[in-house]
Amino acid sequence: MSVNDTAAALPAANGGALPIGGGLPSNLLLRFSAAALLWFAASGVTALWPDAADAQEWERTGEFASLLVVAAGLLVLAALLAAAIRPAPRSRLEAAIASLSASVPWLIALALGVTGWEILTAKLNLLPRPFFVPPQALLEVYLDDWPRLLDCFAASLRLLITGYAVGSILGVVTGVAIGWSRAVGYWVHPVLRLIGPLPATAWLPIAFFAFPTSWSASVFLIALASGVPVTVLTWSGVAGVNSAYYDIARTLGASPRFLVLKVAVPAAMPHVFVGLFMGLGASFAVLVVAEMLGVKSGVGWYLQWAQGWAAYGNMYAALLVMALLCSGLVTLLFRVRDRLLAWQKGMLKW
Amino acid sequence: MVALESTDTQAGVAGMTIDVQAVSHSFDLHGAPLPVLDGVELRVEPGELVALLGPSGCGKSTLLRLVAGLEPPSRGSILADGRPIDGPDPSRVVVFQDPTLYPWRTVRDNVALGLEARGLLRSQGHRIDKALALVGLTGFERAYPHQLSGGMAQRAALARALVNDPRLLILDEPLGKLDSLTRLAMQSELVDLWRSSGFTGLLVTHDIEEALFMATRVIVFSGRPARIKADLPIDRPYPRHRGDPVLTELRHRILELLGLAETW
Repeated sequence: MSVNDTAAALPAANGGALPIGGGLPSNLLLRFSAAALLWFAASGVTALWPDAADAQEWERTGEFASLLVVAAGLLVLAALLAAAIRPAPRSRLEAAIASLSASVPWLIALALGVTGWEILTAKLNLLPRPFFVPPQALLEVYLDDWPRLLDCFAASLRLLITGYAVGSILGVVTGVAIGWSRAVGYWVHPVLRLIGPLPATAWLPIAFFAFPTSWSASVFLIALASGVPVTVLTWSGVAGVNSAYYDIARTLGASPRFLVLKVAVPAAMPHVFVGLFMGLGASFAVLVVAEMLGVKSGVGWYLQWAQGWAAYGNMYAALLVMALLCSGLVTLLFRVRDRLLAWQKGMLKW
Repeated sequence: MVALESTDTQAGVAGMTIDVQAVSHSFDLHGAPLPVLDGVELRVEPGELVALLGPSGCGKSTLLRLVAGLEPPSRGSILADGRPIDGPDPSRVVVFQDPTLYPWRTVRDNVALGLEARGLLRSQGHRIDKALALVGLTGFERAYPHQLSGGMAQRAALARALVNDPRLLILDEPLGKLDSLTRLAMQSELVDLWRSSGFTGLLVTHDIEEALFMATRVIVFSGRPARIKADLPIDRPYPRHRGDPVLTELRHRILELLGLAETW
């Protein structure tokens, strides 16, 4: 078996990349059909198996089953297209089909998972209610309550971005100032040491009392949570800059301003991004707590509200939205870093 | 190789006169002074290429830092064209043993550093390509430093210095970390550059042969604190030959001065 054959047999193992010179795997049709079949099966279980008699009948079951059929249909379509068109080697279409083919194990697992979930909840009613709901309950939330969810999503995003932007900008400025100026370091360092390790949520009671609105209080808390790691990492980055970089710039006629903006800051950037990632994680935690305890909108508030009504379907729906929000922002930050730090070797790909 | 056009500089590139007058210097080591230079007197005439030789850690590099204006001397004074040096100046540029290119800048942007720092990028930007051509890096403008070999990185560092049309080029073991073949090639290139440009050169090196091959004068220092032990003019025409018997004789003398004659 040649190297190419091995690579073709294990498309998932090489992360969807094409086996060099190999084209698409030969059993493409089989792979896609297996996945499609399981999605059809999930749809059939959902639509044809009656809901458990000892519980409520779930709404939107038909819509959910249709959605599953659509997913299965798309897979069939992809398989037929791939077989019929025979995309040119190394074309974009071929790359797309290859990456879909690499996802087949996941698609199969998802179909099995959804079927199992459907059977355990709606069909057999084996899991305690109301804590566990079938997947169509989430669909019901998205179809019926989407205006409110969208509102909450937007509110969370606005609050998070505002707080995180304020915290990151102040963090970078403070970090550079501490790293650059002995006087600033003398005064700020002890404060940072005392306050930095304190979780931002500890300020919650005083923040909601001291700020005019719970929104501004939350911005403060998120800024604090994200600003501290950004400050510390920026500072350590600036302090660790190779002093020869400054010597070079000075002999070439650089002003102090140039030394800060064109030498210290870019040299510290890899550290700054570590701080930005830590700060983003911390800001998620503070966002949810602030929205659960004070702010009257946002996904955190929605979670709390849904729990109050024992509307667990809404809660799962909101959790999923929250996960997409957080993951999306982390991905975005990775993209920004990859662009700005393209000069670095061996970066982690997200 | 082509020389930088001298028309767009002030009065061509005239070499600088350096006058080191009774300079002593010491570092503060855990509260106790550590003397590194002891009463150094040295006058370098315009257009000379003077090599500083001495035992490792004797303070030669410190002398270069003082001439560059990166630190003031503890005692004595250093004059550049008769005026005391009170800080770094783009007319006196240093090339260090490590290329110390900024890893986040491309080769071109690294070479542009001096022009950018002085706000001359717009009016003098064309000099960058000439400097890159001068060191043979045309075509590597968009490479990042981590993509360069050691020799290419040091060439880029040289271009970064030359683009400023220095009147004094301070070379702190610039070839010390290169492999021996690259080093021999770059010794000749540096000599060509110096001869065609007319700047004054100060070269710290550990390599006696390199000093003899390149310099018009070799200054031999004692161990720390460094004093000048000998000042040897190398009155041989360029391009020189490494097998020149006069250089061999001088090499023997220098080894003697450094206390290594028995290894000859």
